[in-house]
Amino acid sequence: MGSKRRYIFLAAWLIFLMLPIYWLLMMSLKTNQEILSTFTLWPENLTVANYVKIFTDPTWFPGYINSTLYVAMNVVISLTVALPAAYAFSRYNFLGDKHLFFWLLTNIMAPPAVFLLPFFELYQSVGLYDTHIAVALAHTLFTVPLAVWILEGFMSGVPKEIDETAYLDGYSWPRFFITIFLPLIRSGVGVTAFFCFMFSWVELLLARTLTSVEAKPIAVTMTRTVSASGLDWGLLATAGILTLVPGALVIWFVRKHIARGFALGRV
Amino acid sequence: MEKREYQWAWLMVLPVVLVVAFSAIMPLMTVVNYSLQDIFGPNSRFFVGTAWFTEVLRDPALHGALIRQLLFSAAVLLIQIPLGVGLALCLPKKGPWVSVSLVLLALPLLVPWNVVGTIWQVFSRPDVGFAGVILNGIGFDYNYTGDSLDAWLTVLVMDVWHWTSLVILLCYAGLQAIPDAFYQAARIDGASRWAVFRFIELPKLKGVLLIAVLLRFIFSFRIYAEPFVLTGGGPGNATTFLSQSLTTMAVGQFDLGPAAAFSLIYFLIILLFSYVFYLTILNMDREG
Repeated sequence: MGSKRRYIFLAAWLIFLMLPIYWLLMMSLKTNQEILSTFTLWPENLTVANYVKIFTDPTWFPGYINSTLYVAMNVVISLTVALPAAYAFSRYNFLGDKHLFFWLLTNIMAPPAVFLLPFFELYQSVGLYDTHIAVALAHTLFTVPLAVWILEGFMSGVPKEIDETAYLDGYSWPRFFITIFLPLIRSGVGVTAFFCFMFSWVELLLARTLTSVEAKPIAVTMTRTVSASGLDWGLLATAGILTLVPGALVIWFVRKHIARGFALGRV
Repeated sequence: MEKREYQWAWLMVLPVVLVVAFSAIMPLMTVVNYSLQDIFGPNSRFFVGTAWFTEVLRDPALHGALIRQLLFSAAVLLIQIPLGVGLALCLPKKGPWVSVSLVLLALPLLVPWNVVGTIWQVFSRPDVGFAGVILNGIGFDYNYTGDSLDAWLTVLVMDVWHWTSLVILLCYAGLQAIPDAFYQAARIDGASRWAVFRFIELPKLKGVLLIAVLLRFIFSFRIYAEPFVLTGGGPGNATTFLSQSLTTMAVGQFDLGPAAAFSLIYFLIILLFSYVFYLTILNMDREG
């Protein structure tokens, strides 16, 4: 394949990826009347009324704050528990390590639909129903195993001699881990945080089951835009566009490491 | 690298075990409980043994969902894996366009799953959608809410849009790890483009491709929110996959026993497949 043909293929693919998002963006800037009556590639009467509505309406805006809050909690919890565990998996053999690792991975594989009812009952019974921490904890079911998996990949790339030299120099484990080891796998930590963010941000089924009012995520608010007069397309599109913004920002920050991160640190 | 035997390492993994066990083991035990009992209320429950399992395994609606699910996952793998490899080979290796392409590629992966459904809904509706209007304009009778085949193809294209980037990014990472010297050697030997792919790139991609197939299988096998928003499983039940049948059963009809039995069977299928893959990946780590 000549390099020109390669780039044409790639460009066509990127256009295919962007076209639905472009359409959503345009729809968010149109009036409902225009959406329903005419087919226009560009809004005739450009309006930001939908955006104003979302940022001022108390039924909409808190949804974004709720989502951001539980995602942030999830990232912090996941990284805190996964870092030492990943270190253990990458450096030591211990009783049942392989089985434990596979058991962790099975939790990424479990279809969330399987756990809906039990989760509801569990969090109801411990009094965490409809709190941010409940969603954050529920999402650790797949973000923690994923974090361990990715971090273990990155940590295994660091030569063991570094650990041994540090111990010989009289470093304690916590001091060595924080001042020497963590800086070495900085990009791995960033990539892991990105993945925890990603999987917690896109998940809806568990988040919807575990919340009702106080911690309701934005994606759930969106599914309830059907009003008496039918679907409010413009508003729906606007809410959709706004859910893309945090993801886009986060990708931009990790763009240098993203490819390696997707390979789970294993290349 | 030889690992050291060290049982105290358990202390380091303990927090992970506790956090995950809280969310994994207790709910799983609840599911097992449900699957073996008939529950009428808090104090009236009967042990029914494997009755629910037998019922679920004989349910024709679930057979339909399972067949649709297998077809869907197979189609997803057959399209996305070759397409992903091809597109990864098209990505520039360095230069300013690398970042731009990567960011654009990753964008669909960060769209909340139900919003993916919304995007494709507003994109392909015959009345307000870009693709819907254009397809009908050039003479296709396209309506994904009315025609089973259209609905199927729309869900499939949506999934290709949503997830092919994952395969591309994985393969791209694999390709980046190939030293330039390999390509130079191939050039000196006068190797064809195909030979370079077959004998240099493909072997290096084996590891990441296994991860890609595993992840794509798992995520396609438990797909729920995207088709639910787009088609609601219809028309009829043409796009009703396993997760959706399960959710309807458990939350819609409140048939806890059969739903729990179904959950366990569902989970076991995924587990079995993944275990085979896990062993393969472990073996490869050992060899390579």
